[in-house]
Amino acid sequence: MDEHSVFLPRAEATRLLQALKGAGFDRILGPVAREGTLLFQPVKRWEELPMGIRDVQQPGSYRLQQQEGSRCFAWANGAQALKPLTFTPREIIWRAQRSVEGHLSFESAQESPEPTAVVGVRACDLAALDLQERHFMHGRFPDPWFRKRREALFLVGVSCSHPADTCFCASTGDGPAITRGHDLGMAELDEGYLLWAGTQAGRTLLERLDLDEATASQRRAVEKETHQATVTQSRTLPGRHLKQGLYERLQAGHWADVGERCLSCGNCTAVCPTCFCHMEMDEPALNGGTSEHLRQWSSCFNAEHSFMGHFVVRSDTRLRYRQWLTHKLGSWHEQYGRSGCVGCGRCITWCPVGIDITAEAHALLQEAPDA
Amino acid sequence: MREPTDLPWEARITSRVQETRDIFSVKLELVDPGIRETYRSYPGQYNMLYLFGVGEVPISIVSDPDDAGPLEHTIRAVGRVTHGLERLRVGDTLGLRGPYGRGWPLQAAQGRNVVVISGGLGCAPVVSMIRYMLRRRDDYGQITILQGVKHSNDLIWRRQYQEWEKIRDVQVLLASDQGGPQWPFSVGNVTVLMEKAIIPPEDTVAVLCGPEPMMKAAIPRLLERDVDPFHIWLSIERNMQCGIGHCGHCQVGPHFICQDGPVFRYPDIADWIDREGF
Ligand SMILES: Cc1cc2nc3c(=O)[nH]c(=O)nc-3n(C[C@H](O)[C@H](O)[C@H](O)COP(=O)(O)OP(=O)(O)OC[C@H]3O[C@@H](n4cnc5c(N)ncnc54)[C@H](O)[C@@H]3O)c2cc1C
Ligand code: SF4
Ligand code: SF4
Ligand code: FES
Repeated sequence: MDEHSVFLPRAEATRLLQALKGAGFDRILGPVAREGTLLFQPVKRWEELPMGIRDVQQPGSYRLQQQEGSRCFAWANGAQALKPLTFTPREIIWRAQRSVEGHLSFESAQESPEPTAVVGVRACDLAALDLQERHFMHGRFPDPWFRKRREALFLVGVSCSHPADTCFCASTGDGPAITRGHDLGMAELDEGYLLWAGTQAGRTLLERLDLDEATASQRRAVEKETHQATVTQSRTLPGRHLKQGLYERLQAGHWADVGERCLSCGNCTAVCPTCFCHMEMDEPALNGGTSEHLRQWSSCFNAEHSFMGHFVVRSDTRLRYRQWLTHKLGSWHEQYGRSGCVGCGRCITWCPVGIDITAEAHALLQEAPDA
Repeated sequence: MREPTDLPWEARITSRVQETRDIFSVKLELVDPGIRETYRSYPGQYNMLYLFGVGEVPISIVSDPDDAGPLEHTIRAVGRVTHGLERLRVGDTLGLRGPYGRGWPLQAAQGRNVVVISGGLGCAPVVSMIRYMLRRRDDYGQITILQGVKHSNDLIWRRQYQEWEKIRDVQVLLASDQGGPQWPFSVGNVTVLMEKAIIPPEDTVAVLCGPEPMMKAAIPRLLERDVDPFHIWLSIERNMQCGIGHCGHCQVGPHFICQDGPVFRYPDIADWIDREGF
């Protein structure tokens, strides 16, 4: 929110979707209650958004509840962030062709992604996207598949007013308010929405909408809700820079403790909006003349991840959990200049046995450093 | 030069040698003349080789980068892709992208003595460095080459070692865990060779490649002989899917082996390889 915020009355909210369409975004995604969670799905009218829906999240559990009220964003997050939109769970990256004479040729399987607007992106999701951009776009080999999809996105962020019990973005510094990474920012009040621009594209869109400035009391109401959303978060990480603390405790007894509980299922890495690991594979066509080369999300919780033919580097769950946590909260600092955790809480909620990254980090740091 | 990011190029096998029962060497020529002319590698780097319909594997480059000729790879057939590559013959094609990674410290080694310690097929990546140095013999001091294998039958490039040995100030020491009737060299692991090795304490650079337990056993012996830890370099292997720092499989602590390595200065990687599970 800033001093240039404008106000979109609730009854006119669909105008935002129409303006996005008018700006060339044929595909507009918004949160829709589906499969027991909230997923980004194509939306045409504001009424399709999850009005009156609340989420109840706890370690190992996620439930939606229908309540009274007209708010569409009075919940925290669903199982997915933006990750599947830019880093696809499974995609063909190139195709190989073999001619009858045995010649090989290769072609990129890049498609031109549709211009896509996403409405209702959370602050933690934007922070996670920024991290994925650092990984896929700003390294030595910018990823063409990721970049094209990213460039096709227009992001309408929404500040959180109702974080879940599992959220800890205030502790990581990534939320709950929309402050960066958005084209358009949004905050919800009972009577409607405050909107503000984050980019030139966002400013152009606001001009199209031609709305009145938000009032001082509306701005104060948003500030109050944001403050409330910050202070209600009860989970924290024990600091923002845990690299040293974790590196000094690689032999801690607690790794075995969490290793006992962890199922090594990889759910945490699948829902984590910053995890980038994937494997590559080939799928030859039956005619023998073409083969598709794919990449697919994978996880450091799988044996395949560290398979070396004659041995597996991380042969047990203790070592895999230690890899995940020391990477996420430790070596990410060295690789990308910050922690790999944006405090979205998804790995806590979607863990079948309710392992809580914040609790594990606290328990580990309470142990004495390795001798 | 085209950045070798996304797509393999077509390469053709121009010669093939079966070195042992499961090790073979191939020479590869990039089919596109433009790519062939601009392709440049550096000793210690690797290519991703693609077997049609099956997949890609990282394989070190054996040939001297200044050789205008074809690229050379020596491969042990161990699994899906490498067994398939083993069946290819002269004239067959495969996909190749690269070169990737940071190779050996040729600059740091210039004007110094060099100890090369390798085990098993670990010798493949150091061979290009040895060839590179021997072509520029005057640029380097004493060159000591230690190579260990599990079984005497696993030794490849026997003739080449014998030729290298004849060069001035080059010492070659070979060992096999299990000897045999045709084995005139030492029996035992590569570290037993270190007692006989000429390792001048001053101005010596050591490069190591092979199984990690072998490297971890050799390093303390180098340190005992007063080799500066900053002059010890290792080539590390991890599972690799992409080779370009994206897939995450090759991470060792904060390092991406595919890009930050595979060759590391010992102090930069020591903390990680000494620990189980990284
Ligand atoms: C930088 C580097 C250089 C290498 N240079 C050579 C070389 O010059 N000659 C040679 O014979 N081998 C070399 N290897 C090892 C070679 O890459 C593996 O033997 C090969 O990947 C096995 O693949 P596969 O499909 O035949 O085996 P499978 O057992 O079917 O392997 C399945 C997958 O596991 C992974 N994998 C298995 N073994 C290894 C391994 N040792 N290292 C990394 N990933 C592995 C790969 O992703 C592989 O695709 C090198 C490895 C690395 C990392
Ligand atoms: S580690 Fe957990 S809380 Fe942190 S960003 Fe990933 S899923 Fe969210
Ligand atoms: S935590 Fe594991 S799955 Fe996630 S990016 Fe790191 S190594 Fe990959
Ligand atoms: S091999 Fe994919 S990140 Fe290194």
